[in-house]
Amino acid sequence: MTVSMGRALNQALADALSEDPGVLVFGEDVGPLGGVFRVTDGLTARFGESRVFDTPLAESGIVGTAIGMAMNGLRPVVEMQFDAFAYPAFEQITSHLAKMRNRTRGRVSLPVVIRVPYGGGIGGVEHHCDSSEAYYTHTPGLTVVTPGTPDDAYRLLRDSIASPDPVIFLEPKRRYWAKGELSGAAVPMDRALVRRTGRDVTLIAYGPMVATALETAEAAVEEGWDVEVVDLRSLSPFDDETVCASVRKTGRAVVVHEAAGFGGYGAEVVARVTERCFHHLHAPVLRVTGFDIPYPPPKLEEHHLPNVDRILDAVARLQWDDEVVGGYRA
Amino acid sequence: MVHTRERSLLPTEEPLSLLRKDGSPVEDSPLTMPDDDVLLELHRRMVVGRRFDTQATALTKQGRLAVYPSSRGQEACEVGSVLAMRAEDWLFPTYRDSVALVTRGVDPAETLTLLQGGWHLGYDPYEHRVGPQCTPLATNTLHAVGFAHAARLKGEDTAALVLLGDGATSEGDTHEALNFAGVWRAPVVFLVQNNGYAISVPLSKQNAAPTLAHKGVGYGVPSVLVDGNDVAAVYAVVREALESGGPTLVEALTYRIEAHTNADDATRYRTSDEVAAWLDRDPVDRIEAYLTSRGLLDPARRSAVAAEAEEFAASVRDKMNVDRTYDPAALFEHVYATPTRHLREQAAALAEELA
Repeated sequence: MTVSMGRALNQALADALSEDPGVLVFGEDVGPLGGVFRVTDGLTARFGESRVFDTPLAESGIVGTAIGMAMNGLRPVVEMQFDAFAYPAFEQITSHLAKMRNRTRGRVSLPVVIRVPYGGGIGGVEHHCDSSEAYYTHTPGLTVVTPGTPDDAYRLLRDSIASPDPVIFLEPKRRYWAKGELSGAAVPMDRALVRRTGRDVTLIAYGPMVATALETAEAAVEEGWDVEVVDLRSLSPFDDETVCASVRKTGRAVVVHEAAGFGGYGAEVVARVTERCFHHLHAPVLRVTGFDIPYPPPKLEEHHLPNVDRILDAVARLQWDDEVVGGYRA
Repeated sequence: MVHTRERSLLPTEEPLSLLRKDGSPVEDSPLTMPDDDVLLELHRRMVVGRRFDTQATALTKQGRLAVYPSSRGQEACEVGSVLAMRAEDWLFPTYRDSVALVTRGVDPAETLTLLQGGWHLGYDPYEHRVGPQCTPLATNTLHAVGFAHAARLKGEDTAALVLLGDGATSEGDTHEALNFAGVWRAPVVFLVQNNGYAISVPLSKQNAAPTLAHKGVGYGVPSVLVDGNDVAAVYAVVREALESGGPTLVEALTYRIEAHTNADDATRYRTSDEVAAWLDRDPVDRIEAYLTSRGLLDPARRSAVAAEAEEFAASVRDKMNVDRTYDPAALFEHVYATPTRHLREQAAALAEELA
């Protein structure tokens, strides 16, 4: 069945609500409106106001009450309307949601899913296009996942709702309308997937950049490069095994994300790959990321976001010839 | 009813009370005086709670506790509110509410685990229906609202009692929690122990409203002002609020006799005259005077209660004087339900370092 990512997420929520009476869906405009991206379309009508409902516009309140509900045995799935709108909930997420299991020595589990539409590329105005993954991946206790395809959107959301741990579920908003098949195949939630096999270089991407990386791989064929694309899916925990197996095979890697590069998630990926694959590398692992600037306005965002050309340029800089002296092209 | 202006949700002009400062009863109080056996129990638990509190402060001086925030002077709130709870209700306390915890039945050693510098929480929240003590202010208000709303969704008759201080009423979470509780009509009682200071910052720099209780009105939450050193009144107000089936904001006027913690110097921000005036309004003396005047508290019972308090303090000392060891390997447990490969590697690295 071919569906959009938004539809796949809607289906995952509906199936979880059907199967487990403890699942609740709430947030801002997720009720009768169906969410600003329509991900919760029709769920209030089908499951009732007590299970799928609108809340006051208060993100700390949404996450804080979800914590209380989870303590009382329910499985809340809450929506932060946009990435940057989640920041008022930061304390509840980092100091309470992430730590409750640890501080109670395993006595209290908080199976809460926080859905966050994130990233740019849709012409969104200020505060609607952040890539905030590093804030969450830097917080022990949180699981952070992001789908790159409709198939993964369905599968990862079902797995996230079933998880005994809190999950930050990052939805690449520019891919809500991208279509794909729902395979029904099971893939462990914490594993990366090789989306395209290749011999020469590994592109490591996630969420909105998976499709861009795959496009780059096709464009690279003309240049004579056989590109492998790894879709991380789970940002925390990180699947060292799959990523390193790919890099050891190709000997070259580029990490791609929309978020600013400095102190970003890609730095962790580069460090892990370098530590584990050093003797297999023919070139430093490079990053293609957003610039280190506040997310730009819609008329300039095309210059900020990684694209096929910029990724190909990075691939070209991976020291393909032997004219390298001291790390610089001679 | 405790609201003189029911339709406006406003608190009364004067704090509600049942006992005057000298222990004489207030004749025209709208509150119902608790039964004699309840009053005796309130007294007993306040005496034991106060002894626990002074013992805990003493343990900081002996290096057995890393820090202790005393609630001396606030026993009417700590004990009155907790004894007003029904078995099925849940308590969401703060770091200053150790007396409330032991009154709820939490083992004193488990109560003090956090302050001892052991694990961040020593007790099982499900055993006594007590959430973790809240250290960042006001975050527990939202947990209480969510918990109580979930109980209603599940068809359970459970209310939540959340404790907070005057400083916490400035935090955004308090306002979001009051609003959510108002909109959802969640069965939650917000008990603000207004002890005059947020560490050193006086209420005048915290609040411009006529009272903190007024803050409930804007959220549609009925609000009550009560004398927080009158244990009979605190008990009556909280019990009625817990049984109301909806939210209530209660401001209890009280005073923190000790400094913020053993590490604080309260003489830098308040006068000894002010402290003396509040010592004169002591909550334990007040209930004792009333019970004595009623002939309910004879010297024999009074000394039995004092002996029980000493025995309790001795047991706390014994428990806290045991040197506990902590296994470093446990650092990696309970970060996730199942340890990740990444954490297993770090656990192995630490084990090797320690071998």
